Amino acid sequence: MRWSAILKRLALIPPTLLGVGAIVFVLLRVVPGDPIAMMIPPGASPADITRLRALYGLDQPLLSQFITWLGQVAVGDFGRSISLRQQVFELVGARLPATLELAALSVSMALLMGVAVALVGSLLRGTRAEWLLDTANGVFLAIPDFLWALILLLGFGVLLPLLPISGRLDPQLAVAFRTHFYLIESLLTLRLDVAADLLRHMLLPSLALALPFAALVARLLKAQLAEAEDQDYAQIARTRGFSRTTILQREVFPNALIPTVALSGVQVTLLLGGTVLVERIFSYEGIGNMAIDAVINRDFPLIQGLILTFAVLFIALNLAVDLLVALLDPRLRHG
Amino acid sequence: MADLVLSGPITAPPSRWRSALARGGARLWIGGGLVALLLLIALFAPLIAPHDPAEQNLMSAQLPPAFMQGGEAAFPLGSDSLGRCVLSRLMYSARTAVMVALIASLLAAIIGIALGLIAGAFGGWIDQLVSRLIDVWMAFPPVLLSIVLAAVIGAGLTSVIAAIVVVDWTRFARITRAETQAQLARDYAAAARVLGLTRAQALRLEILPNLVPLIVTLLAVEMGVAILVEVILSFVGISVTGDTASWGGMITEGRQIVYQSPWIMALPILAVIVSVIGFNMLGDGLRAALDPVQRR
Repeated sequence: MRWSAILKRLALIPPTLLGVGAIVFVLLRVVPGDPIAMMIPPGASPADITRLRALYGLDQPLLSQFITWLGQVAVGDFGRSISLRQQVFELVGARLPATLELAALSVSMALLMGVAVALVGSLLRGTRAEWLLDTANGVFLAIPDFLWALILLLGFGVLLPLLPISGRLDPQLAVAFRTHFYLIESLLTLRLDVAADLLRHMLLPSLALALPFAALVARLLKAQLAEAEDQDYAQIARTRGFSRTTILQREVFPNALIPTVALSGVQVTLLLGGTVLVERIFSYEGIGNMAIDAVINRDFPLIQGLILTFAVLFIALNLAVDLLVALLDPRLRHG
Repeated sequence: MADLVLSGPITAPPSRWRSALARGGARLWIGGGLVALLLLIALFAPLIAPHDPAEQNLMSAQLPPAFMQGGEAAFPLGSDSLGRCVLSRLMYSARTAVMVALIASLLAAIIGIALGLIAGAFGGWIDQLVSRLIDVWMAFPPVLLSIVLAAVIGAGLTSVIAAIVVVDWTRFARITRAETQAQLARDYAAAARVLGLTRAQALRLEILPNLVPLIVTLLAVEMGVAILVEVILSFVGISVTGDTASWGGMITEGRQIVYQSPWIMALPILAVIVSVIGFNMLGDGLRAALDPVQRR
């Protein structure tokens, strides 16, 4: 990717975010539900309600509410959550690390599984077993993450209760964490018992997120491997006496990797979007679970903050994938 | 002069339909079969369901399926916490699923294809506008957007359908736009213009027919997606209301008593999985069968 292309992509980010913000803002304010009605105690007087509406700026006209909000967001003030009565920025900051750790673990698991399946599939090329593998892969691809979450919940939480199915950490292990990246922190401070418990809690939700993504990586990489293996250089290496495994590892794999990263990288955003429901199903304390509560409670500032957070993550991911492809592919280095 | 001998009987070339079906392979047949089964169940649910889906029998609540210990023949797949027949509810839920899938995907397709076609064919500021709109949409987490939308519109089937259409039109728009541009760059499109067709005529007579295979494939996949979105919205608690049976609602209710009666949650999950795999295989098979590049 050329510098000018990168600059153009960067320049498109603010208008995209503005569009996202505007749509959510307008959408939420045509909601029939009233956030104030949900927070007042039973005995509140009409004067109290009016005061509360004014406190959260809900008595202003729509456009001026939007402009006020934009001005605040521009200086990093996302407002106060109506249902949780804390700064949105702090709430999201406390929950985002949980989601990022979950997503990172899922992507790593998916890449390992996907690459392994693609390599095995390539070695089985043309056999009956390959057909079986492809069919199974198709099934894994067709079932989305939240259905996997329900299946895993049913399987390993209920029928064969091996793993915890709710929360992020056993409350008995509560440690005074300094950051919200519990897993990274516990690994760094060598609290391995805590790290193990965190991983046990993350295993089912991250597996649910990883399975369909792994199937996607496997399918894309396998197709690319097949194409690369038919190229002249691979054939020549074969006639020179190198084994198929060696050629796959040394010659074909690096070449098949680039298009796979380009095609599957964008889909990481889908995995990230999937955290919303998977976190809900496993009561995992990330931003996805928080978002559903925010919608149910009609917590405008929190919903806006969370959707903008997701939007920033999505845009950043897409950009990162493009840059990664440019780095991996020598042909693109000079534009 | 030696006789010219024709070896073997002369056969007609296989028909286009037959060769297309052959290319589709097993996926087309299995996928088509599953989808056809789903449609039949949805259509004939009132005739084949053993019970009224809303009929409560509190005396026989949470019965296991008939083939398990303690099951009763009157409830082939058991009963839920209110003693409603699980099999009947599964069948009536198929009606809900098919209705959502058909209406939502068709509406999403019409909006998406129209915008994609216009953007791809006319370029310029219209293309810029549509492309930026798609960019903004792609920056939303789709699940969250449909949840917010459904919450805004309020519970009900219309709300579910609207949420799917508003979120998923981009799938059709993006691909139609790219494919229209690709087709317009080909020689036949230029030839059509040289022959004196207006841009609109060329679009309708030449470009659109070439997009049909792609659109049909997308539609099949989108119907699977629509069924999933209904389940998601039910799960969050903003889908169909009252006595309308839906797989999502059944899963949500089943989850509350999953430790006592796991099958109540497992069976609708199975129904969703089979339907979604059916639509996906049908889509894959159609892609292979209709791909004009492979039409030899």
